[in-house]
Amino acid sequence: MKNILVLMAHPKLEHSKVIARLMASINGLENIEITDLYERYPDFNIDVQHEQEMLISADIVILMHPLYWYSAPPLMKQWIDLVLEYNWAYGHKGIYLKGKYLFNAISTGGSIDAYSTKGHHGFPIKEFLLPFKQTARLCNMVYLPPFHIAGTHNITSKKLQQEINDFKALILHLRDNPNYYKLEQLPFLNDFKQ
Amino acid sequence: MENGFLFQAIIYLSAAVICVPLAKKVGMGSVLGYLLAGIVIGPYLMGFIGEEGEDIMHFAEFGVVMMLFLIGLELEPSKLWKMRQMITKVGLSQVLVTTLIFFGILYLTGIGWRQSLAISTSLALSSTAITLQSLKEKNQMNTAAGRNSFAVLLMQDIAVIPILAILPLIALAATSEADVGHMSPIAQFPGWLQTLLVFGAVILVVILGRYVMVPMLRLVAKTRLRELFVGGALLVVLGIAFLMEMVGLSPALGTFLGGVILANSQFKHELESDLEPFKGLLLGLFFIAVGASINFGLISENALMVFAITLSVLLIKSLVLFGIGKVNKISLDQNLIFALGLSQVGEFAFVTFSFATELHILNEKTTEILMAVTALSMTFTPLLMLFNERLLLANIGTKNKEEKPHDEMEESNKVILAGFSHYGSTVGRFLRANGIKATILDSDSDRVELLREMGFEVYYGDVTRADLLEMAGAREASILISAIRDPDTNYRLISMVQKHFPHLELMVRAQNRMDAFEFMEMKVPHIYRQNLDSAVRMGKDVLIKLGFRAHTVHRLAQNFIKYDEEGLTELAKVKDDKKAYIKTVKKAIEMQENLLSFELNRRFSLNDHAWDSETIKDGEEKNKE
Repeated sequence: MKNILVLMAHPKLEHSKVIARLMASINGLENIEITDLYERYPDFNIDVQHEQEMLISADIVILMHPLYWYSAPPLMKQWIDLVLEYNWAYGHKGIYLKGKYLFNAISTGGSIDAYSTKGHHGFPIKEFLLPFKQTARLCNMVYLPPFHIAGTHNITSKKLQQEINDFKALILHLRDNPNYYKLEQLPFLNDFKQ
Repeated sequence: MENGFLFQAIIYLSAAVICVPLAKKVGMGSVLGYLLAGIVIGPYLMGFIGEEGEDIMHFAEFGVVMMLFLIGLELEPSKLWKMRQMITKVGLSQVLVTTLIFFGILYLTGIGWRQSLAISTSLALSSTAITLQSLKEKNQMNTAAGRNSFAVLLMQDIAVIPILAILPLIALAATSEADVGHMSPIAQFPGWLQTLLVFGAVILVVILGRYVMVPMLRLVAKTRLRELFVGGALLVVLGIAFLMEMVGLSPALGTFLGGVILANSQFKHELESDLEPFKGLLLGLFFIAVGASINFGLISENALMVFAITLSVLLIKSLVLFGIGKVNKISLDQNLIFALGLSQVGEFAFVTFSFATELHILNEKTTEILMAVTALSMTFTPLLMLFNERLLLANIGTKNKEEKPHDEMEESNKVILAGFSHYGSTVGRFLRANGIKATILDSDSDRVELLREMGFEVYYGDVTRADLLEMAGAREASILISAIRDPDTNYRLISMVQKHFPHLELMVRAQNRMDAFEFMEMKVPHIYRQNLDSAVRMGKDVLIKLGFRAHTVHRLAQNFIKYDEEGLTELAKVKDDKKAYIKTVKKAIEMQENLLSFELNRRFSLNDHAWDSETIKDGEEKNKE
């Protein structure tokens, strides 16, 4: 069984419709650790050592957050700034994350069509996630395709439930079947089917 | 039999001490236990008490009066106003429908309309004492059954006024020389003046409550003599009851009104906890008296008739109640508790029956039988409820279904805030600004007064008393904040809470390190040294003024507090070892002095390379070498 660490950042989780349920669907599962960043560090004063210890014991790291202004909420960025230290996560002696897997599990108000060259936002979602991809690469991690729930403003409850079920199945699959080659080839982890 | 006061007291108390625990052990409520005690020591079994039972009854009725005062205390006028619909819909229909049905039956069996009216109005009323005591004991006051029962009982208490007013009128019609003088001291006045006096008395209670009782209690509270406050509380209740009896109103209703008026005062919880034992004991005495007054001689002579009447009264009353419950959409199991709980004839019937006899509406024999029926029906109620609980509800299987919370009665607060000084009021204001209402207790009656004038809901009382905390809702609350300055008071409060309310999460203000140690030893999980945060905040501002970057200082300050608290836990471990303690204190002072520079020069840069390009530059250069 693999260890999965979920870093969840939502500045107003009590008003969240998607991320909160996404998190709840995997809460308490064996070998799955969830850090609710805004709950743990309300003052942005991240305990670097603790976070690094958590990373060491994880095989897969998931950045779970809504997409704000084409990026993560600020505490997620603070976490990246403080925890992924030089000569720990990257650099000559930065070997502690090597070979681990990383991906974003995100929600966007805009639909998949809005995130295309012809759409409202002008670029596909994956291009906005480029900084995360390169961050993973710099730390010698394997960056998997994102899990993306789009169009959350108008999503039907049936569709949302479907996505959440898919996510939970994906997490269990990641935990129990350590062969991720197929997953790497997918456009989105949403397309995962056992 | 010996008639000395001490002997009497011993008989009553020992009967209660023996019977009540026994009854509770078998799963019956305390009410049935008291009733049994009364039957046992009554004239027909052991004969310890005889004729004086009736006097005892009058005295003990004061328990009912006190209970209504306490109920009034828990019902603020706004809550009562919210209940108005239930009182009129459920309560009024019960009184009217039941009276009508009894009247119809009695009239059809050939009893005169006067007698029928007197009997049917009396039978319609239920026993406040038995019903509320049982509901409270089983924690059902806040269920649908509890609220509806309460509404009915309240309406019945109000109905007492017109019933007492009507009886002399019927009597006047019956015999011209009826002895009306017994009714009340004001009965000699003409009708319009009586009415005026009745209204005057009610208004007087309201005015007294506002402008005399509260200032008096405040004055008494200032003496800080607890027994004097208990005396003051008794004086309030006795005074109102006396006034009501003067004008011929139900003292219970009057004290209920007084209670409602005082419900908004700061003395609410203190009054409750002081009067509670009196109420309990007097109510017990009342039930014993009811038990003792059952005339078994009469019952055995007319056994069939008495039992037949009792059972049909119980049946008719519960059927009417059940129907009303059904119309008002009370769920089946709640409706059963509601209908069976109120099915007995109330203690008030003792009054009306003897009153009606005095007025020559009823003859002695009828009254005796009716009184026996009343007492029997009261005795049956706890048995009926037991039967309902064990057999009916158990089979319906909806007992454990979660009750939907209603709006009529407010749930008690989750947070209790003890001490409302500057510190406490800051905590309270912050909570209130975020919609969290705390029950606030303070022991300074002057401050309580001032704060109430400013619109805070603060209650007066000594928070280290378990009964007061209980009244303030400690059972339902989840957090107790102590914003009290005095360490000794805190010490007493903490040990009391840990003993009586272990479920409460304690959050305690400490004056300094020494207090914090004490509380740590008592295993208080959350300790707040009163000066720590603001002192550090001041230090931060100094650093910023000296040119430090604000964000860096912010992080330094947070770490400083963290290290400081960790250091304190270390110190607490060696607190009792004087030598080690001094050594540790020295070390702690050293540590504290070094802390900032430590932070700045070593720890901070060691552990925290955030936004620091120097280390990366150094590292890259080393790699090249």
